[in-house]
Amino acid sequence: MGGYAYVAPTTVADTVALLSEHANGGRRAQILAGGTDLLVQMRSGDNVARTIVDVKKLAETNRLVIGSDEIYIGSAIASAELYENEELKGLLPGLLESSDLIGSTQIQGRASMGGNLCNASPAGDTIPAMMAVGAVCDIAGADGTRELAVEDFVTGVGTNALVDGEFLLGLKIPTPGANTRDAYLRFIPRTEMDIAVAGCGVSVTVDGGRCTAARVAIGAVAPTVLLVPSAAEALIGSNLDDAALQAAGEACTAAASPISDKRGTVEYRKKVVAVLCRRATGIARDRATGG
Amino acid sequence: MAKVHVATTVNGESREFLCDPNDSLLDVLRDTLGMTGTKEGCATGDCGACSVMVDGRLVCACLVLGAEAQGAAVETIEGVASETLHPLQQKFLEHAALQCGICTPGFIIAAKALLDKNPDPDETTIRYWLAGNLCRCTGYDKIIRAVQDAAKELAHPA
Repeated sequence: MGGYAYVAPTTVADTVALLSEHANGGRRAQILAGGTDLLVQMRSGDNVARTIVDVKKLAETNRLVIGSDEIYIGSAIASAELYENEELKGLLPGLLESSDLIGSTQIQGRASMGGNLCNASPAGDTIPAMMAVGAVCDIAGADGTRELAVEDFVTGVGTNALVDGEFLLGLKIPTPGANTRDAYLRFIPRTEMDIAVAGCGVSVTVDGGRCTAARVAIGAVAPTVLLVPSAAEALIGSNLDDAALQAAGEACTAAASPISDKRGTVEYRKKVVAVLCRRATGIARDRATGG
Repeated sequence: MAKVHVATTVNGESREFLCDPNDSLLDVLRDTLGMTGTKEGCATGDCGACSVMVDGRLVCACLVLGAEAQGAAVETIEGVASETLHPLQQKFLEHAALQCGICTPGFIIAAKALLDKNPDPDETTIRYWLAGNLCRCTGYDKIIRAVQDAAKELAHPA
């Protein structure tokens, strides 16, 4: 029983060295960003000794850059801080809405998108929105950094592709042009503070009334959040009319493999995810066309 | 377990303490610093009774480690009143916006964070902002009215 320890390294090199040292020594290290999941887990049974590695003191995990080609969102930035950035909200309204849906004002003050992704809940609200905008993970490890698309990062219920010694620095997102916008919708039985029964993130590019690019991802209807290429294909080439939205929704229903639980049955979730896809696509389309 | 030495600021005063690495800021405030105004309700970030400000952000003290307070500016309910009660405290009394009182410090801190940022919020904004503060006594209406009245008082002091 080694007990708990807390460290707050200030450089990526120190962080990676600490993580590698623990991995090599067979000791458990755990990354702390906003802590809104971690501290609850620590009190609910998973109270196993470990070194808590706070990554909030790193410049990289707090980095927010809106470039002409790429947007960088550091993994530890609190959701409330992101939502106060009007330029970011204008460019990625769906992604920002997805993070703003999580928890109360108090939770927003700490919870980070990076943490939501790494915790990899099937119902994590930001994950479908990240996939929809084509976010790529910037991962630091002993051999430098590597990149991995969000859809390849989430590997199962609560598991991700990080190997021992690695941690998430941030997300790289292609800066959307004026005719590309995103949307995220989830269904919950109340108006605030609940876990998604189903969710859908959509990004579309509309050129001369025609959809030239699209990405659709669905949440809470499979062991992991899923990118649904068949739904995107139903949208691309169409003018995003009701028939195209209907087809994309049906593709989402077909891709979903939900469980029945207290939040909803299999049949209900498969139906609702199609509705969310249609509505989110409509919102993204209207945003992309200035409607 | 090696204790962590933390130097922080609480309500403008420099404070130092030793804590276990897995102690929450709430544990430290209540048990180490003896500041029991901040309440523990759920200890899982659901009820908002432990609301405090850390570096200008409204957070649940139960979801912050004491060790994370190193170098931070923490504000608690103990720092809200000056010689007189803060208008929010006064209006909570006038509107009987509390019964058992366990949720009240959290509501005051959260409502103050809102009014500091948005001095004239509408009712919907207040209700959404305070959605993370649970009260099992009042039914919320009196709390909302107290916050609205405090906003008026702050805008036009009597």
